[in-house]
Amino acid sequence: MATSTVPNRWSASWTILRIALEERLVYRGDFALGTLMRFLPIVTQIFLWNTVFQAVAAPASGEQKLVAGYTYEDMVAYYLLTMLSRAFSSMPGLSSGIARLIRTGEVKKFLIQPIDLLWFHFLSRVAHKLAYYSVAIGPFALVFFLCRAYFPALPPTDTLGLFALTLILGFLLGYFLEVSLGLVGFWWLEISSLIFVYTLLSFFLSGHMFPLDMLGTKWHWAVQLLPLQYLAYFPAAVFLGKVTGSALWFGILIEMVWVVGLIALSRWLLRRGIVRYSGFGG
Amino acid sequence: MPRGYWVQAGPWSIVVEVVITDRRRARPKRRVKSQCSQCKDMATIEIRGLRKSFRAYQKQEGLRAALRGLWRRSYREVDAVRGIDLTVEQGEFVAFLGPNGAGKTTTLKLLSGVIHPTEGTARVLGHIPWLRENTYRRRFALVMGQKNQLWWDLPAQESFRLHQQIYRIAPLEFDATRDQLTSLLNVRHLLTQPVRELSLGERMKMELIAALLHSPDVLFLDEPTIGLDVVAQHNIQQFLRTYQQERNVTVLLTSHYMKDVAALCKRVVIIAQGQIKYDGSLSGIVDQFSQHKVISLSFAEGRMPDQLASVGTVLECVPPKARLRIPRSQVTTVLSKLLALGGVEDVGVEDPPLEQVIADMFSQADHDQPDSLQTTAS
Repeated sequence: MATSTVPNRWSASWTILRIALEERLVYRGDFALGTLMRFLPIVTQIFLWNTVFQAVAAPASGEQKLVAGYTYEDMVAYYLLTMLSRAFSSMPGLSSGIARLIRTGEVKKFLIQPIDLLWFHFLSRVAHKLAYYSVAIGPFALVFFLCRAYFPALPPTDTLGLFALTLILGFLLGYFLEVSLGLVGFWWLEISSLIFVYTLLSFFLSGHMFPLDMLGTKWHWAVQLLPLQYLAYFPAAVFLGKVTGSALWFGILIEMVWVVGLIALSRWLLRRGIVRYSGFGG
Repeated sequence: MPRGYWVQAGPWSIVVEVVITDRRRARPKRRVKSQCSQCKDMATIEIRGLRKSFRAYQKQEGLRAALRGLWRRSYREVDAVRGIDLTVEQGEFVAFLGPNGAGKTTTLKLLSGVIHPTEGTARVLGHIPWLRENTYRRRFALVMGQKNQLWWDLPAQESFRLHQQIYRIAPLEFDATRDQLTSLLNVRHLLTQPVRELSLGERMKMELIAALLHSPDVLFLDEPTIGLDVVAQHNIQQFLRTYQQERNVTVLLTSHYMKDVAALCKRVVIIAQGQIKYDGSLSGIVDQFSQHKVISLSFAEGRMPDQLASVGTVLECVPPKARLRIPRSQVTTVLSKLLALGGVEDVGVEDPPLEQVIADMFSQADHDQPDSLQTTAS
């Protein structure tokens, strides 16, 4: 697409976004398979919890079985919503990709050209997500439609608005967390172990494995101060009405503080890393 | 030691004093003050006392050494660039020659702002490279023969469009430059083909076009013809010569191919062990560094003497012809001796091949390479 005006910051950003989107669609088979297979883990989680609930003895009163205050329907709804949260906050290959750029010397391109490495990758990741949503929206809609009986009534508009806000903040948080990890590559070069530790912690403390309010008040309070719960648990809890009132606003405040803090951290790591950089890789 | 820099800023210039004290980090501490624009009369590239040291991990062979390396590691202090001074004027095409590890690429990385120096100063077009101001980055280009800057899976035209945007090139100017460059390099028909499906030579041409779209004032070329066949090398040489003459851009070229250098550069800078050993014309290298001359002899049938080895080093002896290497200072003496032997039908005195002189210099530089080892707990 040829532009008729002199380029500016925004037209440059649009071009990066457009080209990254085009690049994402080059390998059609891999892209389609990768997008659709993302649904498989959630199916296994639902089967697992189905087994757990079957093993739990039914209350004598004839009420529904509960595990840590969750019915089976609540649990399925929770997992489907965390799947949606993670569709925004997960950044596959981002930190390892940035570390690889540093290790192989390809990062030089971003030092030579008048382009900001963090903004470029941000736009690339937005393109990545847009491509993913455009394909995944069909299966997502189908799954949510088939499982509609597991969800409580649709929350009020203001809650839906806050849910959308937590998804966007989750995207920013996930991006700047992974970018900061990747930039450690300026010091360590190989960060696969660091990514492994992060993935492990994220698996448990983001609420991906189980709802975090199962942890009990003391631990849940500590986890609330960490950034990881905002990647999966928090948006789902907002939608399901598990977090309301002052706790909801406090959560959003903590999340925003983390986003701002991680933006500052990633900028600092990039600035210090470039000074330290020795131009590896020829 | 503080040094002044003049940075163009509208009708006024700004003096930036850079003081580098910390060898390891080399973080410039800036003091900025305004300065009248008359003070910006300067060369395109000015380098003073530029140094760059690296700390390279030295791992011994074996598992035991690997385990020991978890606690304690040996590092070698590599002085890649050791205080070089260089001035390049606008429109010069300068070759940077030197053996592997001499500091050529490191110097280009310093001048393009990829790395920070350990010590010393440099300014290119009035900018301090490692501050990486966008105003500077829009005025130079670095092409590395072994590095790909294009989008691998997309046609080159997409990368060109991105360059148009990030370098803020006006649409008409972009179209004209792209069309001119693709015609000159004969790759217009390849614009829609993914970069991964181009040959090495075609890819290198696309890399060059991407680097030149914003019409840089300074061009750093790091082995642009490496790995290319003779035809592709020749095409790129021709293109670079035409482009540089038309645009009067300042070019710094590193290459191991003497044909590149001979075809393109009037001025040659030889760097070895991180220091400049020579700065002058290509032909001047032989005068300054070759201690020998080569004598070619042709003898009458059956008159080839046996004593050739007594007057010089025999390089070749296929009767009735022979070639000898002799000390430069003994040319007349040796010629007299040879003529006295009789039977000489033809004689010629030549300089040794340039490649040989430079190879000898490089091999001497490698031999003299200093080593500094230090053990540091990590």
